[in-house]
Amino acid sequence: MGIEDKLPSGVLLTSVEGLSGYMRKASFWPATFGLACCAIEMMTSGGPKYDLARFGMEVFRASPRQADLMIVAGRVSQKMAPVLRQIYDQMPNPKWVLAMGVCASSGGMFNNYAIVQGVDHVVPVDMYLPGCPPRPEMLIDAILKLHDQVQHAKLGSNRTAQIEELEGDALQALPTSEMKGLLR
Amino acid sequence: MSDEDRAPEQPAIEQSPENLPAPPGEISERGRRTGMFGASGTGDTSGYGGLVAPVIFPGTAQRPFGGWYDEVADALDTLIADVVIHRGEITFHVQREHLLEVAGKLRDDPALRFELCSGVSGVHYPDDRGRELHAVYHLTSMTYNRRIRVEVSVPDSDPHIPSLVPIYPTNDWHERETFDMFGIVFDGHPALTRILMPDDWPGHPQRKDYPLGGIPVEYKGGSIPPPDQRRSYT
Repeated sequence: MGIEDKLPSGVLLTSVEGLSGYMRKASFWPATFGLACCAIEMMTSGGPKYDLARFGMEVFRASPRQADLMIVAGRVSQKMAPVLRQIYDQMPNPKWVLAMGVCASSGGMFNNYAIVQGVDHVVPVDMYLPGCPPRPEMLIDAILKLHDQVQHAKLGSNRTAQIEELEGDALQALPTSEMKGLLR
Repeated sequence: MSDEDRAPEQPAIEQSPENLPAPPGEISERGRRTGMFGASGTGDTSGYGGLVAPVIFPGTAQRPFGGWYDEVADALDTLIADVVIHRGEITFHVQREHLLEVAGKLRDDPALRFELCSGVSGVHYPDDRGRELHAVYHLTSMTYNRRIRVEVSVPDSDPHIPSLVPIYPTNDWHERETFDMFGIVFDGHPALTRILMPDDWPGHPQRKDYPLGGIPVEYKGGSIPPPDQRRSYT
């Protein structure tokens, strides 16, 4: 029918989106951003037992300028919030944020004056990982799910259309406060 | 203690006499705390709603204090307002006017040599009128292996204490923390600013009247208020 029929063997066709997603997901460079006990699990994930190197991301960069994934590992205090935002702003695009543990996701057990109730008040979060703290397997699972998101990320006009669609869905969605049923 | 008033199943009392309850008259009560998180009325759902904790102060000790306690007390003598020995530990209560002189003597006197000050802790007793804020210094003599506590109390309306940084430089950040959390102003500190909370933070969080804060958490089907605003189960 099209060009596919005339290809010699050993040549594959893909879209620009597919190719760029494939390249991006396979070489994440996480920034070290350990804030509390979750950081211990994050460090373990990079160690030989859980071995994040299998997914091409064992090197945690100390400089945000060389990183494209921020794993917020721990509770963010009100005083840390502007620091976190500055580090996020220093990371070059494209960049992703993973909120590791309940404290980074929602404030967790620290429902008080000192802790930001979810890091999504400060930076846009791409993946929420519950757990207190989550085990390295859970972190790796969250990263693989993020890989999947990155692989299927849209570009250009497709991305604009997707944003409009997501926005429309979000406006239609029932707010949590109006949901009925069991407390969960 | 005679055999009659000793419960038969409590051999630990003679093994650790310092854990005995203080005899009546040796302690005085300065207020009473109930529940947790400041919830009042119906109580909270933390399970601590019925908790009643009296705020008790141990009484003044009389001479002779015993052992090296008297040596230290003699060296300070007129500078100390009160001596308390509780659970085998000695505390010198000092007026703030004398604090610098006391600390200087404790560090420099060859017979005392309290080289290490492990910092200053704040305490807030809202019901102790005229002495609402306490600053507690823990001192250690490496030379003689002795530990003492020095306590200064000031009213909430005039929370000024002279800084010990000129004598014990390690107190620098500790005094900043106590200022941050309790609002005690250490006069003469080189840079008394907040250390834990952001610079523009209002209030001093570790005071008893500071609200815990927090937001209601929404679930599908309802919302849970923050811990200090929860009602009891009825």
